[in-house]
Amino acid sequence: MLPVTVRDLADIVAETAAAGRRLEIRGGGSKAEIGALVRDAAILDLRAFAGVIDYDPAELVLTVGAGTPLAEVQALVAAERQMLAFEPFDHGPIFGRPAGAATIGGVVAAGVAGSNRLSMGAPRDHLLGFEAVSGRGEHFVAGGRVVKNVTGYDLPKLMAGSWGRLAAMTRLTLRLVPAGRTSATLILSGRSDAAAQAAMATAMRSTANVAAAAHLPAEVNAGRAVTAFRLHGFRPSVEARFAMLAGLLAAMGPVERLGEAEAGRLWRRLRDLSPLDDGQPLWRINVPPSGGCAVTSALAGQGARWLFDWAGGLVWLSFGGDAALVRRAAEAAGGHAMLVRAPAEHRALVPTLHPEAPGVAALSRRIRQAFDPAGVFETGRFPERPRAD
Amino acid sequence: MPLTMPAPDQSVLARRDRIVAALRRIVPGEGVISAPEALRPYETDALTAYRQPPLVVVLPETTEQVSAILRWCHGEGVKVVPRGAGTSLSGGALPLADAVLLGLSRLNRILEVDYDDRIAVVQPGVTNLAVSQAVAEAGFHYAPDPSSQIACSIGGNVAENAGGVHCLKYGLTSNNVLGVELVTMEGEVLRLGGRQLDPAGLNLMGLVVGSEGMLGVVTEIILRILPRPETARAALIGFPSVEGAGQCVADVIAAGIIPAGMEMMDRPAIHAAEAFVQAGYPLDVEALLIVELDGPDVECAYLIEEVARIARRNGATLLRMARDEPERLAFWAGRKAAFPAVGRITPDYLCMDGTIPRRRLPDVLRRIAALSEDYGLGVVNVFHAGDGNLHPIILYDANQGQLERAEAFGQDILRLCVEVGGVLTGEHGVGVEKRDLMPEMFSEIDLAHQQRVKCAFDPELLLNPGKVFPTLHRCAELGRMHVHGGKLPFPDLPRF
Repeated sequence: MLPVTVRDLADIVAETAAAGRRLEIRGGGSKAEIGALVRDAAILDLRAFAGVIDYDPAELVLTVGAGTPLAEVQALVAAERQMLAFEPFDHGPIFGRPAGAATIGGVVAAGVAGSNRLSMGAPRDHLLGFEAVSGRGEHFVAGGRVVKNVTGYDLPKLMAGSWGRLAAMTRLTLRLVPAGRTSATLILSGRSDAAAQAAMATAMRSTANVAAAAHLPAEVNAGRAVTAFRLHGFRPSVEARFAMLAGLLAAMGPVERLGEAEAGRLWRRLRDLSPLDDGQPLWRINVPPSGGCAVTSALAGQGARWLFDWAGGLVWLSFGGDAALVRRAAEAAGGHAMLVRAPAEHRALVPTLHPEAPGVAALSRRIRQAFDPAGVFETGRFPERPRAD
Repeated sequence: MPLTMPAPDQSVLARRDRIVAALRRIVPGEGVISAPEALRPYETDALTAYRQPPLVVVLPETTEQVSAILRWCHGEGVKVVPRGAGTSLSGGALPLADAVLLGLSRLNRILEVDYDDRIAVVQPGVTNLAVSQAVAEAGFHYAPDPSSQIACSIGGNVAENAGGVHCLKYGLTSNNVLGVELVTMEGEVLRLGGRQLDPAGLNLMGLVVGSEGMLGVVTEIILRILPRPETARAALIGFPSVEGAGQCVADVIAAGIIPAGMEMMDRPAIHAAEAFVQAGYPLDVEALLIVELDGPDVECAYLIEEVARIARRNGATLLRMARDEPERLAFWAGRKAAFPAVGRITPDYLCMDGTIPRRRLPDVLRRIAALSEDYGLGVVNVFHAGDGNLHPIILYDANQGQLERAEAFGQDILRLCVEVGGVLTGEHGVGVEKRDLMPEMFSEIDLAHQQRVKCAFDPELLLNPGKVFPTLHRCAELGRMHVHGGKLPFPDLPRF
């Protein structure tokens, strides 16, 4: 179904809910293979809600239709030397498809953030307001169109990362930031995971204002372990901070500066995850930065391969073994694990999102029912528990 | 428009002795305050126009006590109003005659600091400034810095999603909190978020921040701490017109510069501040900007020159760079003392808190000046120019019976903010102060979507009732599709 007006959309949702049927909200479909296979839901395509509604670069605020392609939004703001701080990316390449399908509504609904998330926040930190149709078939607005706003409950914080389980967003107002005028990438070679973790912690404790810090172990990087640090900003500042960081890290191993093209390739591989493209299930594990190594050492020697982003706080893990082992390791490190890519039969058995503590799960359920009492968006894509059979 | 609050439940008032005794069993010793004269300090927060002594005050020292208090009150149908340091400017902690006031001031320990994970785990009664002080030796700070930071508590900051002059660069409270321990009205202890950057499922922690104490009581907070910038440099820039200052702000942003703070004062604010603290402000300008940059020395030195160039291009008639730290602090002294400075030139004042798109500033200031004439009340404007957050301060004299007029003036300013694409409150919260203006910004359907969130956390509406929502809807009624009729009225609240 492809509604073109908010009224169409509201009617479709209300009628489907009244009939006891289900809708799966979709933008470009770039993340359609995440989650359990949905059997009996109609696809609710939001791509007709596209286009720029308001963009005044001096305000650093953009209001845009949720179905607008991400690439279009990025090109629009880049032309004004601005960017989305959370560095959203297209999941297409992770699933072996070309980039270009992802929509801005999709990346915000899925909470997609790249390496910059370490220093610059997640989609929820930059979603100022939205318009949507809830599971009640009602059109509503929340938040505002200005940077600083505490009027009413902060529903944008809830909506970002809610995976289409509460409402179909039609319009988003996003905060933008100036794009760094220059950037530089420093790499440290040959570090073990634990030593890389220590180097990243040292860098993050410094005043080098590191925008992104990641580590590719030798096993996933053609035999050469690389720890990478990215700095953004005005040239004199970037140069001074680069020198300071290089001085700080020099005692830990050989330090070098990557050329622009090479740096671009390196950070792109951390988005498309090509180093982990080995046919095994792909997990995304979010832990406190110091916990990343504990997760991977628990799974080492069982065929797991991995890389670290967010200074160790994000582990991308390729692992074909028991899902329970992954979830236990993530929990032991104080975090959680999401199953991103796996064969359909695997996804039918293993919940994509990490099961929550019972009290939190019950509260989440009540929140979902508040927006969607008939469960029109409860497609079974994100079951709370593993399937019994 | 008189403010009305939920009608006191007579059966609760009649049970007061029993309630006090039950609370004493949960919190022994000095932690329960029931003598009428001892309740006085709790009858208002920083929105002092409204006062109401609470039924009783309880000051727990542990999460377990908080949980036991809430569970007992829930079982007995007794309302609870949480309170941090009582510095809310919107009446968020205003007591109710039939509600237990739950003060979190005794939960005041910093539990843990971890520099490798860059977090501080604190209890809600810790003051905002104490967090920065605790991590200062290691070269860290906690970035949000509301003006009341020596007094306001982190728990209150979480409830109100507090900001501060540096939130232009570092974000509000919600951008700097990773997790909370929350006790629900039923007494259940939940952990939302954690030490990692993102939650596993729905971001319930994000909902709790800024919910004005209505969804649960926060008993532990995991804060992000950051390395303290090497240097801060400030420039003081005077303009012959508000337009010039406004354009300078826009051009600084357009040049890709995000200052740590960018504050504007209008002529009356400059004069009041200068008379009070002798900060060395020029008295012959219409608008004054303080632009502060922080970061590495090299970056500050480079950007301050950029800012100076932009200021000259926009017709600045005064341009002073702080040569040293005392001078930088002097630049800020006047701005930070704006409220007490205004207090010297007027018997009473009301501080408003709307946000507007930056480009609308000259137009909005002109219309505020016109309203000022219409109402016959003076107004002084200080402004977080970088993020469009206005603080018009309305001058009045309560002894001359001007409070109602001042409030009506303030409400017109907030309506104007909404009309030009802005919002009712940028950082002070809705509380009781802006509660009845919510329909200016949100339809009944919008508000119903927010209030159903409240119902998911607290279906009996026992926690901090009478705040944020202009009309109380029973949760069962909200569950139905249409929300007209059957609204509960609020009775009048006496004002002082």
